[in-house]
Formats: sequence, C-alpha cells, structure tokens
Amino acid sequence: MSQNRASFWAGVRAELPLLIGGFPFGMIYGALALNAGLSIVAAQLMSSIIFAGSAQFVAAQLVHEAAPVFVIVLTIAVVNLRHMLYSASLAPFLKELPLRWKVLLSYLLTDEAYAPTIIRYEAEGATPSGHFFLLGAGLALWFDWQVSTALGIFLGAAIPDSWSLDFALPLTFIAMVVPVLKNRPLVMSALSAGLVALLAYDLPFKLGLILAALTGITVGTILEGRKSPKGAL
Amino acid sequence: MNIWLAMILGGLITFGMRFSFIYLFGRFEIPETMRRALHYVPPAVLSAIIFPELLIRSGSLDLSFDNTRLLAGIVAIAVAWFTKNTLLTILAGMVALLLLQIYK
Repeated sequence: MSQNRASFWAGVRAELPLLIGGFPFGMIYGALALNAGLSIVAAQLMSSIIFAGSAQFVAAQLVHEAAPVFVIVLTIAVVNLRHMLYSASLAPFLKELPLRWKVLLSYLLTDEAYAPTIIRYEAEGATPSGHFFLLGAGLALWFDWQVSTALGIFLGAAIPDSWSLDFALPLTFIAMVVPVLKNRPLVMSALSAGLVALLAYDLPFKLGLILAALTGITVGTILEGRKSPKGAL
Repeated sequence: MNIWLAMILGGLITFGMRFSFIYLFGRFEIPETMRRALHYVPPAVLSAIIFPELLIRSGSLDLSFDNTRLLAGIVAIAVAWFTKNTLLTILAGMVALLLLQIYK
C-alpha cells in the first residue's frame, strides 16, 4: 500500500514543473473562452469534459466563429488524434489493470501526464504500483487545469473589450506552432494548410478549416516520405 | 445548447481516443503512415486557423499595411521564432496590436 502511495506522490512531484507551465495556459483559456462567447459554466466545464488544452482553445475559437457542431467535433477529434498514440504507447504497461482503472487513467491521459509517465515506465518497466504514478501526475494536472481555468474566467470577465483579448487566441496558436517548424515538411505542412484555409474560407460550415488541416497533414506526410535517407532538408 | 452538444461529443471522442489502445491492447497496432501523419496535425490545424485570423478582415483578404492584426501577428511570429516562449509571444503580439491601433 505504501508502495502505491510513494508512486502516487512521485507522479505528483514529476508533474510539478508542468503544472507551473500549464497554469498560465489554463488562465488564458478561461479568459478567452468567456470572450469567445461561452458562458461561465460552459467555459469551466469544458476543462473537465474535454480536458485537453489545445482542443479547448480551438473549440472556443470555433464557437466564436459560430461554426456548426459537427465541424467543432470533427476539429476536436483531429486536434486530439495524438492521444491515440499515447494510448498505444502506454497500453502494454496498463494491460493487467481492471477496466475501471483503465477508464480513469484514460480520462487523465493528457500530453502533460503522458510525458513523465512514459519516461518513468521506460526507465523502470512495469511495476505493480506503476499506474499510481500516472494517477498522481494526471490528478495533479487535472486540479491545476480546473483552478487555472476558474481564475482565468474570473480575470477575463474584468478585461475591457478595447484590449482586443480575442486576438490572444491566434497569438497562442502562433506561439504553439512556430517553434515546432523545424524542417521543410513541417514548414510546408503549415504553409499549405494556411493557404488552403484562405482559399477555402468561404466554404459553408467552416469546412475550409477541415479541408486545410487535411491538406497540411497530407503535404507534410508525403514530403517526409520523399525525404532522402541522408536527411538533407 | 449547441455548444453543449459539441462539448459532450468532443469530450466523448477525446476520451475514446485516449481509451482506444489501452482498451484494445494487443488487438490493433497504429499503422506507420498514421503515426507519421499525426506529427503534422498541430502545424496544419493551427496554421489553418492562424492564416485567416491574420489575413482576412471583414470577409476579404487584406494584405495592406492598414491590417493591424497582420502586422501584430508578424511581430508575434518573429518573437515566437527567436524566443520559443509562449507567454512572451502572446504578450508581444498583444502589445503590438494595442500600439498599432493607437498610433494608426
């Protein structure tokens, strides 16, 4: 039992630096969601119903643009696809657990909980108390995200419209995307998606976004496949 | 009400993807092409949002110097490129937009 507790707190400790990084992010989300037209309750509950930072930012943006439900849902799905990768990567370590544990840990499986957990598993292998580490990391982030969202909603309501707070949303996306543009396939993926988004802007139901995203993903994947094995860019 | 439907469906799909392989372990593998494609989801989706936000003003393409959001966005892109710092990028872009709006 104490083994489990030690593992849980090790997970919480490993999560601490990520909590500090996540907190302002959650606050920005809370303030922006309100500004994008979500109610206080919807803005807050999205942080526990979806519980995925970038998908929540994108969803808030699409609500702001009055996109239809199926486009919002489809976009959330595309943005969160990477979680299948995390699921596949942790699956062998969690295979012996009862279903209720698998459900709980899956709900808590964010980028920030996955990162320290997989590092721990790769260093120590599967241990009987290993899943408590993920529980600790996941719950710590969950509370961090809920509190920071609430604080952001609280502060966001006090910021006047003349500050153009809605512009912080595309700025947040710029801050996320620019640093990952490390090679030609990534740059071309971003540019082609952006170009198609402009060309297809007038399509109904904000479908241009989906079309642009699929174009960017395809362009990047094909260019990477063509890259010479020597890795010349 | 539509917001709630979108949130609940979006939440179910997100959970479903997190649960997928943990639940189905050993029965399916992620194909290599999809693994590679996932890498391009963030730049593609985010750029598809950023470009129109900066370049389309009141429904049409605006490449002029009067487009304050485009200019502020370029400042933010430069700051993001050199600092790789999220908060600094947002701050620089917001300050640039405010200044441009005041001095235009």
